[in-house]
Amino acid sequence: MSHYEAPIREPLILGNKSYHDISVDVAKPVEGKANKKWWIAFTIALVAFLYGIGAILYTIGTGIGVWGLNNRINWAWDITNFVWWVGIGHAGTLISAVLLLFRQKWRMGINRSAEAMTIFAVFQAGLFPIIHMGRVWNAFYVLPLPNALGSLWVNFNSPLLWDVFAISTYLSVSLVFWYTGLLPDFAMLRDRAIRPFQKKIYGILSFGWSGRLKDWQRFEEVSLVLAGLATPLVLSVHTIVSMDFATSVIPGWHSTIFPPYFVAGAIFSGFAMVQTLLIIMRKVSNLEDYITITHIENMNKVILLTGGIVSVAYITEFFIGWYSGSSYEDYTYMSIGAATGPYWWAFWILITCNFILPQTLWFKKLRTSYIWSFFIAMVIHVGMWFERFDIIVIDLSRGHLPSSWTMFSPTFVDIAIFIGTLGFFFVLFLLYARTFPVIAQAELKSILKSSGDNYKKLRE
Amino acid sequence: MSSKTVQAIFDDDDVLLKAVKELKAANYDIEEVFTPFPVHGLEKAVGLKNTRIAITSFIYGVIGLLFAIWMMNYMMVVDWPQNIGGKPSFSFRENMPAFVPIMFELTVFFAAHLMVITFYMRSKLWPFKKAENPDVRTTDDHFMVEVSTEDNVEKLEEFLKNNGAKEIKLKA
Repeated sequence: MSHYEAPIREPLILGNKSYHDISVDVAKPVEGKANKKWWIAFTIALVAFLYGIGAILYTIGTGIGVWGLNNRINWAWDITNFVWWVGIGHAGTLISAVLLLFRQKWRMGINRSAEAMTIFAVFQAGLFPIIHMGRVWNAFYVLPLPNALGSLWVNFNSPLLWDVFAISTYLSVSLVFWYTGLLPDFAMLRDRAIRPFQKKIYGILSFGWSGRLKDWQRFEEVSLVLAGLATPLVLSVHTIVSMDFATSVIPGWHSTIFPPYFVAGAIFSGFAMVQTLLIIMRKVSNLEDYITITHIENMNKVILLTGGIVSVAYITEFFIGWYSGSSYEDYTYMSIGAATGPYWWAFWILITCNFILPQTLWFKKLRTSYIWSFFIAMVIHVGMWFERFDIIVIDLSRGHLPSSWTMFSPTFVDIAIFIGTLGFFFVLFLLYARTFPVIAQAELKSILKSSGDNYKKLRE
Repeated sequence: MSSKTVQAIFDDDDVLLKAVKELKAANYDIEEVFTPFPVHGLEKAVGLKNTRIAITSFIYGVIGLLFAIWMMNYMMVVDWPQNIGGKPSFSFRENMPAFVPIMFELTVFFAAHLMVITFYMRSKLWPFKKAENPDVRTTDDHFMVEVSTEDNVEKLEEFLKNNGAKEIKLKA
């Protein structure tokens, strides 16, 4: 039959698997009991989450003054964290949409978890602008609703409002994309379930999916069209986030290179988060046969590419800043002033983590090592956080008026809210890993005969 | 004369595809096929028409675009025009470039969500809907074909068996 695939392509499903084996392996973490390590991780994440909630409530109760913001630096950790989380939330839809359009079969082992990660990350991102409003009970003012102010409408000329539309569209479209793909897998869990409670829950979650031929035909068409829609969407989201900065007149922010450079940076950091989570999950959930070194290596290649784009953008920013001859440009985040000024450490962390260390992935030996991939992913998390910190804080700390030059130091509340979002993210991801089919098993079954190890060997 | 439906279970997608082609060639009426994953080429073999769901998505997208244009024009130009940062919003033509991002977002929003809702409605998928696959193994690793016949049931069963069906039963 037409299951031929060039033998030179690495198998994507290892071991001697049948269709039934895939069902069993994907259902195992859901049907089994949580072990001690899961409970320890969950408890730590939950405590961090509660700590963050406390800090958020303190902020709302007392006011934004409890943060380290000052007159000059009026955006700092909050917007840094916002952009960091939104950026991380770019990998999932990229993997599921862009790689679907490019017919990359290796996406099938990782797309479910990447999309889940995306959705959870965008939740965290959404928190920051809302808390930063100060009066969160007025958050609905960002919606174009007739209101008590004589229907004073929102300002559609503002990139901050574009952000509201972009992120809510992105979150909701990613959510339905993810959920539609989950239906057949929930149906599989429902039909395997022995305990009546599980059967009931997965019955509700699966929306009564029966696997009819017509349903599958529509399912595939819907996935394809959603991928086509999500591809420009994912690029638009970080483009618009970058416009929050680029449309202003602050030196260092007012830069036309920002949209493509931010999008590349977002994919860079998002793939790093996918690496972090999947390298652990493949071990813990016994999915080594489905998330293989081929997947890790392919993701490392994407990291190398997007990291390269980001590095070129840094060089360009640095050069143009110097070439402009403007004295203000000497204090932007990519300048000699930044590299030698009071924020030299933040500058050099950025350069080391985003520019220098990821270059090690050019070596096949290093990019096919789980430990090195994990290490680089952690390095990128730090680097990408500092990229946003540098853009926001270094640029704001040196304005047009030297008498207002200042430094930023976070209070414990700034730090606590960041830790809280990390906790919230891992609470969601850990719950997901125990209750959801973490691999798109239906899709994976459709490539078993072309990309399964045993079938490939059979053809030789 | 009433017609009877026979349910045949297969355990391999290639065998299933071949059997479906044979059934079609022998002019049997295939009522339904249940599969655990999309089997490529099956809808062609059964003779299913293409789905028109992508066309609905396009129409929804156009509606979203028009809605975005109407909304922003009404709110910023018609209802309460303002001079924001020295950039007055007194005509659609002058303001349009700033509207492009939200025009795009709402096009995608409408196209994606309304298409998915259409898909759920057309395929009858919603919470608390009861699953209708006759055998639970069809979401795991088995495939079921429902074939209806008006005359000889035994002949059909024989035919299915010869084409690799693992189990055959009469639909109740």
